[in-house]
Amino acid sequence: MSGSFAVFMRELKLAWSGGGGAALPVGFFAAAASMTPFAVGSDTIALQTAGPGVIWIALALSSLLPMERLFQADLEDGTLDAYASSGVGMEGIALAKTLAHWIATGIPLALVSPILWIMLQGAPEASGLVAGAALVGSLAFFFFGSVGAALAAGMRRGGLLIALVTLPLYVPTMIFGAATLDAAASGGDWLGPLMLTGSAALFGIATSPFGAAMALRTAID
Amino acid sequence: MAVMSFFANPHRFMAASKWPAWGFTALGVALIAFGVWRGLLAPEDHQQDERARMMFVHVPAMWLSLFAYAFMVGASLVSFVWRHAIADVAAKSAAPIGAVFTAIGLMTGSIWGYTTWGTWWEWGDARLVSVLVLFFIYLGYIAVWQAMETPQKAARAASILCLVGAVNLPIIHFSVEWFAVLHQQSTFMTTDDRATAEFKIPMYISALGYLALFGGLTLMNMRAEIMRTRAEMLFQRRQAAD
Repeated sequence: MSGSFAVFMRELKLAWSGGGGAALPVGFFAAAASMTPFAVGSDTIALQTAGPGVIWIALALSSLLPMERLFQADLEDGTLDAYASSGVGMEGIALAKTLAHWIATGIPLALVSPILWIMLQGAPEASGLVAGAALVGSLAFFFFGSVGAALAAGMRRGGLLIALVTLPLYVPTMIFGAATLDAAASGGDWLGPLMLTGSAALFGIATSPFGAAMALRTAID
Repeated sequence: MAVMSFFANPHRFMAASKWPAWGFTALGVALIAFGVWRGLLAPEDHQQDERARMMFVHVPAMWLSLFAYAFMVGASLVSFVWRHAIADVAAKSAAPIGAVFTAIGLMTGSIWGYTTWGTWWEWGDARLVSVLVLFFIYLGYIAVWQAMETPQKAARAASILCLVGAVNLPIIHFSVEWFAVLHQQSTFMTTDDRATAEFKIPMYISALGYLALFGGLTLMNMRAEIMRTRAEMLFQRRQAAD
């Protein structure tokens, strides 16, 4: 346990000290969501209708961006081999690394989402709920993505493969998260969909470290 | 268990599978032809008339799309636990065939939907959307096999993905159903449950044919895969000798 915690702290420090680890996904998130009015039109009603879905798709794609390097860099420079021989279970390492990357990138994404929400003519009162839903949703996206990231770690151009493998796993989170935002926009019952989003995140946290660990053990063989 | 270790040897597998591969394929084609022919002669269904005859092609394809995935999950499990060489080949060979059955099911379902519901695609129908996700999972699985450098690593990675997909499929199906309930505008009726015996028997014959065809094509694909590996080994040996 303390070994996993040490990995977690190391990853967190690396993500922060690297300078702008989160800037790229956040920039992509903002730019992708800002494309909506150009495609849908500047009409307020149209933007309010499309907004929740667009924000959620942009969040899912932005969460995929850091996945390509999640395990690849450590595999290339031998860090993963050192981790493997350290006695810490690979499951703990997958969990620690994914969680650290979510704190470094996922939380900034969630913090930016209310700004995009208001830009797409969403009700400002719902900002807190949007940020909360994005927080829970990005947690699910990161953990489901970690399996794809681990599978593609040994490949030179694994980015597209991660997307193809991971997007089907994103379907439940996509449905529940977008339904939460829809309910927030229409003033409906948002607690049910939010709790289902949370259960998707919990399921991802509980299962995906095992899948990622199996794939990582194959990659360092 | 005894059968499993017996076929772990590719030579034994090649010797035993030559005739079954052709036999099952021929049997499958014959049964499908017979089932569809019987289906076309069956009396008209009073609800959907001629359009319901799509079921002889569509319903077995949908069953097989799930059966093929279940087969791959079983083979992946065997491959993962015992590192069984033929199980790897079986899972790899079944994937494109399962994907094609899924595509046939999606396309015939879409045509059937257009003639009965008046729309090519209906997001409000949970089964349609779940099958689409299954199709993407098939594509991801095939892509993993092609992207890995060594066959051993590809086999491990693909079996992990197959098992991850199996764990997630029920959850995806449940969430899509929930989504459909939220967004459904009208309730669709299908004749599957109310089909009469004249319709059911040709459909089961056709389904048996699909199953035999799946078995035959998978065996052929496995044989081709083993021959490809042998050819590569032969090629490398020749180069080493030169």
